[in-house]
Amino acid sequence: MSAADTTTPAKVPPPRPAPPPPGVAAARPRRGRAPGGAAVPWALLAPCLLVLALVMGYPLVRLVTLSFQKFGQSQLWGFQPAQSAGFANFTNVLEDGEFWAVVVRTIVFAAGSVIFTMVLGMLIALLLQRVSGWMKTLINVVLVASWGMPVIVATTVFKWLFDSDYGILNALLSKLPGVHLIGHNWFASGPQGLAVIMLLVVWGAVPFVVITLGAGLTQVPKELEEAARLDGAGSWGVFRHVTLPILKPIIVMLTTLSVIWDMGVFPQVFVMRGGHPEAEFQLLTTYSYDRAFVVNDYGQGSAIALITVLLLLGVVALYMRQMLKIGEVE
Amino acid sequence: MSATTLSGRDPARRRTRSKLGWNLLGLLVFLTAGFPVYWMIDTAFKPAKDAIDPDPSLLPTGVTLANFRRALDIADFWGPVGRSLIVSLSVVAIGIVVGTLAALAISRFAFRGRKIVIVGILAVQMVPLVAMIIPVFLLLNDLGQYDKLSGLIITYLTFILPFTVWTLRGFIVNIPRELEEAAMVDGCSRTGAFLRVVFPLLAPGLVATSVYGFIQAWNEYLYALMLMSQENQTATVWLGNFTTKHGTEYAPMMAGATMMAVPIVVLFLLVQRKMAAGLTAGAVKG
Repeated sequence: MSAADTTTPAKVPPPRPAPPPPGVAAARPRRGRAPGGAAVPWALLAPCLLVLALVMGYPLVRLVTLSFQKFGQSQLWGFQPAQSAGFANFTNVLEDGEFWAVVVRTIVFAAGSVIFTMVLGMLIALLLQRVSGWMKTLINVVLVASWGMPVIVATTVFKWLFDSDYGILNALLSKLPGVHLIGHNWFASGPQGLAVIMLLVVWGAVPFVVITLGAGLTQVPKELEEAARLDGAGSWGVFRHVTLPILKPIIVMLTTLSVIWDMGVFPQVFVMRGGHPEAEFQLLTTYSYDRAFVVNDYGQGSAIALITVLLLLGVVALYMRQMLKIGEVE
Repeated sequence: MSATTLSGRDPARRRTRSKLGWNLLGLLVFLTAGFPVYWMIDTAFKPAKDAIDPDPSLLPTGVTLANFRRALDIADFWGPVGRSLIVSLSVVAIGIVVGTLAALAISRFAFRGRKIVIVGILAVQMVPLVAMIIPVFLLLNDLGQYDKLSGLIITYLTFILPFTVWTLRGFIVNIPRELEEAAMVDGCSRTGAFLRVVFPLLAPGLVATSVYGFIQAWNEYLYALMLMSQENQTATVWLGNFTTKHGTEYAPMMAGATMMAVPIVVLFLLVQRKMAAGLTAGAVKG
């Protein structure tokens, strides 16, 4: 990712003393690591960097150039050369009222999904520490099963659960006194339909959070918790002052990843709406896809994609800091 | 409150009673999280007419394989599965070789630019796949790789490779450096030390990462949909064949979903514990 390559390191405060000027640096002795010339690690990295440059670097550059071009069907088939469009794609997008509705919808959707995922994940991870061993195994098996389910399968299954006529959910809810939901179409309204999709996203995302937080929780020293308890802290106090600070790196990592994944939700909406999401179901991802492949305006589609990436960059910067810290530790 | 817990009048009884409460809550989680999976399997084996009962029975109503037969008939099933296998296995093979080398570089060497490399590899993971679909589509179009398995393989490396590097780093970090150093003192070369000491210890990590990468490639939907035509579709896209203009055939669709999910979930169950360990390596300690 060329943009982040150059911008992110600048945002990261150097945890170590500033490096000496370049001329000196070359002669600097290695930091007590295993011996080997500087050529060796680069040789090991070369294939990886080469592949990434091709499959990621080039398209990223292309994404940026595309977003400043007028690029439609005739450019795609080579009938006409791509023309520069200046900032037209961006101004068109930004002046479009629908775009802002999509942005707000996407942020609300992603924020809701992330918050539910993290809170539920934390609660279940804590619960797993308190249930009996066999119950823990049962829950773990079910969590891993839902985690491992291909997204597309999960989406298909949820579509079935929420089917208006034959869906089990309507049938079950209608058994409650005063509820008549048989034939209720959950996707008739955008907010309701997106709530169902959010449920699907959260259902698929919680297991990863539970299992990762669970792994983290086992590393919280028992003595620290005991000490806090002796000092008079209640369960909440122990959690707030002992568990949470220790888990913070993992929580930051999980939250960032969740933000990135939930801002990028695509197949769930796309498949749930049979490949043609209605206006009230459009998120930034489907909107960009629509502009590019349905309206055949690749330039504008790219502009929307680029704006999405920029929106995410802020979050990414946070994540980078965390990952760098982890990389530093070893 | 904590004082009473510690010096409680009858701590043993208190504990069992509170365990019961937690277990009930656990049961609720178990049922909620497991229900979609249960309902998928239940529908898959149900006679198709029971699946479209407006008052469906929560318990299985009878076992039939008809839905599976129908699912296999709906469109060619083995073609897409075969293509998905080729793509996933190739991606994993390339990813593991290239990724192991890179992971070794960032976990065992100190070199200038190491940090930037780490940031770069991680940053790549952050770019949403959807944002890249337009330029990737154009790139493959230009390279003549559109609608080709090789094009899909190249594309999948985008998200498999960073993941592989980062996870393998976690596994390598957990292998004490002293073991390698000892081997080198005993006369092994650097490469020899790696092959004889590190590689065997890394094997479980390599297996776990491969399986995990395989699953990710197998599950990918968007690129498979966009970059492959109907004749060359992969398994995930195949699942869309059940929805036609005339409606959705849910029972066979659930049979298809079961066939796609069960092998993957079983693989997943086998490696997930290892993966969690690799992913969180060094995240808390230190």
